[in-house]
Order: sequence, then C-alpha cells, then structure tokens
Amino acid sequence: MSDKIRSEDVFGLARHYRFQYEEAQGCYVLLFPEGMIKLNGSAGEVIKRVDGKKTVADIVAECKAAFPDVPDLEGDVLAMLQLAYDKAWIARKE
Amino acid sequence: MAQQNNGTELHGTPKPLWLLAEITYRCPLHCAFCYNPTDYVTHTQNELSTEQWIKVLREARKMGALQLGISGGEPLLRDDIEAIVAEAGSLGYYSNLITSGVGLTEKRIAEFKRGGLDHIQLSMHDITKEINNFITDTNTFELKKKVAAMIKAYDYPMVLNVVIHRYNIEHIGEILEMAEAIGADYVELANTQYYGWSLINRAQLMPSKEQLEKAEAITNQFRKRVGNKMKVFFVVPDYYATRPKKCMNGWGQVFMIVTANGDVLPCHSARSLPGLTFPNVREAESLEWIWNESPAFNKYRGDGWMKEPCRSCPEKEKDLGGCRCQAYLLAGDAEGADPVCTKSPYRHLIDEAIEEAKNPKIAAQPIIFRTDKNSKKLLEGELRERAQAFHALP
Ligand code: SF4
Ligand code: SF4
Repeated sequence: MSDKIRSEDVFGLARHYRFQYEEAQGCYVLLFPEGMIKLNGSAGEVIKRVDGKKTVADIVAECKAAFPDVPDLEGDVLAMLQLAYDKAWIARKE
Repeated sequence: MAQQNNGTELHGTPKPLWLLAEITYRCPLHCAFCYNPTDYVTHTQNELSTEQWIKVLREARKMGALQLGISGGEPLLRDDIEAIVAEAGSLGYYSNLITSGVGLTEKRIAEFKRGGLDHIQLSMHDITKEINNFITDTNTFELKKKVAAMIKAYDYPMVLNVVIHRYNIEHIGEILEMAEAIGADYVELANTQYYGWSLINRAQLMPSKEQLEKAEAITNQFRKRVGNKMKVFFVVPDYYATRPKKCMNGWGQVFMIVTANGDVLPCHSARSLPGLTFPNVREAESLEWIWNESPAFNKYRGDGWMKEPCRSCPEKEKDLGGCRCQAYLLAGDAEGADPVCTKSPYRHLIDEAIEEAKNPKIAAQPIIFRTDKNSKKLLEGELRERAQAFHALP
C-alpha cells in the first residue's frame, strides 16, 4: 500500500485524526483513538499545511517561502509527507 | 522527525497527559472481570458534582492533560455527561466516552457530537451472553448493533473493547467477525488483568496457555485478512509473560485518574496499597499540588523506591519493576518486583495461580459477580475464603 506521493497529490488528515498545537507541550500533536503523536517543529510545520486543498507542490513551495534559509527543504518536506502517508496519518483526496 | 509515543516518553517534569474520569461506580452490568474496587459500594453515594468535574477538567487541561477518558461504572448513568463533554470540547481535550452502550440514545449521542466528543469506546461486556446472543441473534446483540449503528451514523470511529477470559477466548474468531460485521475501526482484545473483581474470580477466569496461543494465532490470521481496514490490538495477559508490564507507563508519569468520589490516583487500583492516603479534589489545594507535590504521587515515581532485584536490574527502565498493586496484592510487598517477573522471588505465586486455574474443583467455584450485594458482603467479611489469599481485598 505504500505508494509514492506525487507533487500533484492533495492530502487531508486521515479520518478521525485531529491536529492541534499544545501550549503545555510546546509542540503540535496528532490525536487519534488509540494514542497520540507528538510532532517536532518541522514535522508540525508540514502537517499544519495538509488541509485537503493544497497539493504537495504547494506545501513544498509554502515551506520554502516560510523558511528561506533552510537548505534542501524540499527533500525534508517530501520525506515527512511520505512518512505521514505511510503511517496513514494523512489520506489522499480523490 | 516524529515520535510515536502514546504520550509516554517525556523529558523533564512529567505531565498528566491522560486524564481518566471514573465518573461513577454505578453500573447496570455485573461483569465478573470488572477491575473496579470490590468495595466500590462505598463510593456510590458521594459522587462529585458537575461543577466539581468541570473544575477538574479545567485544572488538568492547564497542566497539559490532553486525552480525556470518561468511564466508570457506566458513565451514561449520570445525566450530566453532555455538560462534561461540552466543557471538554471547549477546552480542547481529545475526549473518549468508555461505555457499555446501555443508555446511549440518539438524543444523547447527538448532544455529544455537538459538544465535541471525539470517540466512543464501546465495550462488549458480559461477553459470554453477548456471544451467545450474537450467535443466536437475540436482544443484547441487537442493542450493541443499534449502538454501533448510531456510532457510525454520527461518524465516530468505532473502537470496540473486549475483555478476554476463559469463557470467551475460544470465541475470539467469532468476536472478530462480529466486530467486522458492525464496522469496527479499532478492536482491543484485552486479556483480563487481575485486580478487584477479576482477582477474586481469577481461578474462574484465567485461560490456559494453549487457549491463549490459539487465540493469538486466530487474531493474527484475522489481521492478515482484513489488513488496514481494522486495527486489532491484542493485549497479552502478563501472567503468561516473563517480564511485567510497565504499569501505567510509570507511576505519576502520564496518567491521572480522578474517581467518582474525587480521589486522585496514579492507577486504577492504587487505593489497595498500604500506607498511602490519596488526595481528594474536594480537599486538596489544587490538582497541580496533587500531581507534583503530594506524597502519594511521589511515592513510586521514578526508581528511587526500588529494592533488589529491581534496583540493580539492567532492564529496570523497560518496566520500572512492573505493577506496585500486583506486587502488594499477591505478595504483600509493595516495593517488591512484580511477581510476574521471573527474577522476582515471588514468581512462584504466579505459577501457582496458573496451576490453580487448571484445578477443576477450584475453577468450578461460583463466580462472584460485581453487584452491590456482593460488594457489601465482601466488606462485611463474607466470602472470606475467596478474598483471603489477596492482600488488601476485604
Ligand atoms: S466492567 Fe462491567 S460491571 Fe465493571 S464497570 Fe464495566 S460494565 Fe460495569
Ligand atoms: S527484576 Fe524488576 S526491574 Fe528487572 S525485569 Fe524484573 S521487575 Fe523489571
């Protein structure tokens, strides 16, 4: 099932997942019925942009614009999205 | 990049990420495997009020609590769950109602949805009847089916929890098929843990090793067949393991339980431990004090309390010595290694229990169901022969 994500793909959060910023933890979290995942800063920045409308290319572009000083950002963003997809945190919109 | 940790791994001061509200000990069911305290009947008259619960939710949220479980007893016996759910929703909790389904109506579920409840965990209680009912297609299954359909209709993820014991373990294949038929997204096959009522009924409930292995094999086959459609968790019974579980992920590390009468506990059965007074939200200055400062919450935090063989054990980070309540209830030694551990000097108690469960005479003793009447009887010292072997049970 772990196919590769493509730049024109649009992803949304998986059904029943919730994403929010946690003041007390100082990080973004993903919540789902059997647990939770704490996201580090860059992972949070990527998942934050997964909204069921933006394409993968849009997300990459946005991240690049937001963090112009980070080298090789594209690879990191794609890897994060692939991981999120493989783990079924995010789902492809048809 | 991301760490999956179920809220477990934390650096610095521990935070009560999981708040469990054991909102009432009243329950229309009488499960033999219930882990509620056997003296629960003393806590059914003095439940916290709606306002007190709301205060608890607010304080805990400020301290970092994120996951909220609303359980019991049967939480739906209280008519203020709607208000509590709505408060939890507005505070940003990820909230879960843990219910037998008895008392869930269309009107209530609609209200829960509006209030922001995130999921409902439906327990398949009284499972022998349940499974019989399922196979014979009679009333209780109809109720569960109706509740399950409601859960679906309101677009809730369906989480089924099935407590596994000798009487239903051989039906595990059918249980899984039933779960599939009603569209479950997650199924937790939780082997009975022996506390409270289930401890008294241990010899009657414990499956054999052969039954367990078969059940695991069937579960694995089922997993292969359904793939990602349904997540199946099989919680192994620790008696058949050689190392204990990391109980509650460590004392006072991530879990905080507030009971019906307002006691605050680091684990369900902590009140069975000797020499500890658990703070109550009615009296303590704040939840923060309870979590951070109270002697009870610091008693078994970390590993400073350990003695041998745990103290110098290379595996101590993995299980933190196991469960304090189990060590006390079985061996009378609250600081001892969990008797499940094969390094524990008390391991023979577990092996004896396994043997005892094989003894047809003992296993044929009647089950003591969780009822108000039996709770009173135990308090008054009746049924002594069944409770005697265990420390801290009446
Ligand atoms: S285990 Fe059974 S008896 Fe105990 S609280 Fe749950 S439904 Fe009630
Ligand atoms: S000796 Fe104690 S710390 Fe070591 S594995 Fe056994 S229970 Fe865990």
